Amino acid sequence: MMDFAYWLPIVWAVILVAAISIYVVLDGFDLGIGMLFALERHPERRDVMVNTIAPVWDGNETWMVLGGAVLYGVFPGAYATLLPAFYLPIVLMLLALIFRGVAFEFRVMTRSTGREGMWNAGFMAGSAIAAFCQGAILGGVVQGIRVVDGAFAGGPLDWLTPFSILCGLSVMCGYALLGATWLIWRTTGVLEASCRRWAARLALGLFIGIVAVSLWTPLLHAPYLRRWTDWPNIAFVAPVPVLVVVLGALFVMGLRRGHTKGPFLCALGWFFLCLSGLGITVWPYAVPPGLTLWDVSSPPSSQFFQLIGTAILLPIILTYTIYSYHVFRGKVTETDGYH
Amino acid sequence: MQYAHDPALLLARFQFAFTVGVHIIFPAFSIGLAAYLAVLEGLWLRTGRSVFLDLYRYWIKVFSIVFGMGVVSGLVMSYEFGTNWSIFSKKAGPITGVLLSYEVMTAFFLEAGFLGVMLFGMNKVGRKLHFAATCCVSVGTLISMTWILSSNSWMQTPRGYTIDPTTGRFMPADWLAIIFNPSFPFRLVHMGLAAFLSVAFIVGATGAWHMLRARKAGKISSEPVRVMFSMAMWMAAIVAPLQILAGDAHGLNTLKYQPAKIAAMEGDWVSEDHAPELLFGIPNMKTEHTDYAVKLPLAGSLILTHRLNGKVPGMKDFPRDQRPPSPVIFFSFRIMVALGMLMMLVGLWSLWLRRNSTLFTNPLFHRVALCMAPAGFLALLCGWITTEVGRQPWTVYGLLRTSDSVSPVALSSLAFSMTAFVVVYVLVFGSGMGILVRMLGRAPQEGEHDTPPSHASGILATSMHPGVIDPSAGKGA
Repeated sequence: MMDFAYWLPIVWAVILVAAISIYVVLDGFDLGIGMLFALERHPERRDVMVNTIAPVWDGNETWMVLGGAVLYGVFPGAYATLLPAFYLPIVLMLLALIFRGVAFEFRVMTRSTGREGMWNAGFMAGSAIAAFCQGAILGGVVQGIRVVDGAFAGGPLDWLTPFSILCGLSVMCGYALLGATWLIWRTTGVLEASCRRWAARLALGLFIGIVAVSLWTPLLHAPYLRRWTDWPNIAFVAPVPVLVVVLGALFVMGLRRGHTKGPFLCALGWFFLCLSGLGITVWPYAVPPGLTLWDVSSPPSSQFFQLIGTAILLPIILTYTIYSYHVFRGKVTETDGYH
Repeated sequence: MQYAHDPALLLARFQFAFTVGVHIIFPAFSIGLAAYLAVLEGLWLRTGRSVFLDLYRYWIKVFSIVFGMGVVSGLVMSYEFGTNWSIFSKKAGPITGVLLSYEVMTAFFLEAGFLGVMLFGMNKVGRKLHFAATCCVSVGTLISMTWILSSNSWMQTPRGYTIDPTTGRFMPADWLAIIFNPSFPFRLVHMGLAAFLSVAFIVGATGAWHMLRARKAGKISSEPVRVMFSMAMWMAAIVAPLQILAGDAHGLNTLKYQPAKIAAMEGDWVSEDHAPELLFGIPNMKTEHTDYAVKLPLAGSLILTHRLNGKVPGMKDFPRDQRPPSPVIFFSFRIMVALGMLMMLVGLWSLWLRRNSTLFTNPLFHRVALCMAPAGFLALLCGWITTEVGRQPWTVYGLLRTSDSVSPVALSSLAFSMTAFVVVYVLVFGSGMGILVRMLGRAPQEGEHDTPPSHASGILATSMHPGVIDPSAGKGA
């Protein structure tokens, strides 16, 4: 039983990180496309941008609900400490996601009334604010929160620091890059060409963000530094920064040579590396710097019951999610609007 | 009531009540409408009659709006347990969090995964596969309702748990007992019927509106309008009486497991047999008396126990700090019951008119059906208020107080979030309602176009202005 109680939270931490990663890349390009509305003003091209994600965004956002639910059921201690600690950015993010989510339908439905502009703005601002808040929350978790007796004991603006702002801006940049590279893959003509230009600049921005966050993070807490510099850890973690650079080179090549999928896959690779880097850094803490995975997890009976369902259901979910993407595969042009 | 004095707690409760009250409308709408869409598409495949396809295409546009609003308002709920009720989440998460996770994995993904195909895939996957997608979405909404009501019912009638003595956490001991807790089957049936009934009255009112307009223009209403009105009235005639039976059974269940809630709903202070039913009154929690009471002799015992001499609980049976706020649920319960009775009368009336072949020609009935548009949703909300406020002062009934469940969040943060939620919800969901009303104000056409038209995203938008695409619609379709 002791072993069970030890291993279950580890298994769940892996599943949770996987769910968050899937959310980040899937809704990442959705939110990125929302932000790219700021750069693309042409109404028909905007419709194409939205049409590439209209059939799948619901499913993408569901991964975020799953993340919240898993945290609630498996790590209730973390759910109950992190959410009050990030009360304001979470509320802000949820409100932003409301505007983003309804804008898909509302912007088309209000087209004849002159209020479309408001929902386009809502789509754009909602995407940007949600992206910033997600980055800031992630940064806030890494920098740690004040916990007394297993409960949040800090102030409402503790999360707001230069570090979390940097993380927020980096995530905005990264999501916009995901969006631009997704559109390179899924669109043609003028829009694709614009996206190649934007992608190059956004990639530079994200690269600077990654470097800055990577250099700053180890300075936040002593254990973080040791994680990356102590032997033998360094042998395992050293490939992470190397791979970031390799992917960067592949990205530039793909962009120059006109590859359609390459840039998107490189951007995905960057996100997975960043998230694993963060995972390595904060391990084994669920709420740095005080609470470990085991401190915050629910009883093994809860974790086990949920694991059975997850083991059966997650592969099924992935199968029909892939099927749904498959149905709507291929380049989207101005002649096949879904609305 | 000691818990009513902390402003942060009150704000947290208001915020939850507000956000869940808005949210609940959309999933209920989706549950009913998805099932209706599945029926319409099934009928179309079976009979080949284009009227069913027309109706399917008409209502799926409504569904896409409603479902979207449900998703975004639901996302708020899944995080609000943690932001505002962190102590509750920490203690009950090992049970309610797991149930929520199962809801996400068995329902949300299923709905979202097939929604894209349902909305945009008619020309991409073929008829049968498309029908399968519609059914998946519909089944998803039903599975979702099942899990969330299991979780909610567990909070009302907790079973299958132990309490960890050191942390005070609820530890799952028997998952079947947790999921199938005593109030769950009753709540599930009552809520499911409520969702179907709510949508039936929206569909019926839409049909009634277009028949009234056609009449005014001196025309005969179109076939899609008549078919949807007829289908909606069948639902009203069948489901409304069933709902009253289900509500009665749910009431008996509540009497058994939550007698304090029943006492507060009835405004009864002293336990008695041969109890009267209060038709009206103003319960006063301070003086422990219901003022201005209008009583119907013996009816209280008869309704609650099905016997004239049955013993009915009174609020004085329970300590002051364990009584739910009677003034709220006394009225919400009565409004719900009254609306339920009205809906049943409309259903029975429709049967009578159908027998006389005047269902499509009686303007008075159409006006009544139009006015009844919000009846189902109002009743549903009132029922929700009754059961949730009636659970007070507990989050987990009899075990964890609401005042001991709330997050350590600053009052200033709560004030900000409450204001922001109200402003955004009024703006966004108000606009959504406006769009829906405008959509429903346009009559379904024979040969209603598909969601993905061949070219240009503006087609649907212009079709929202009836006059633009169909000049006759302006004068009544």
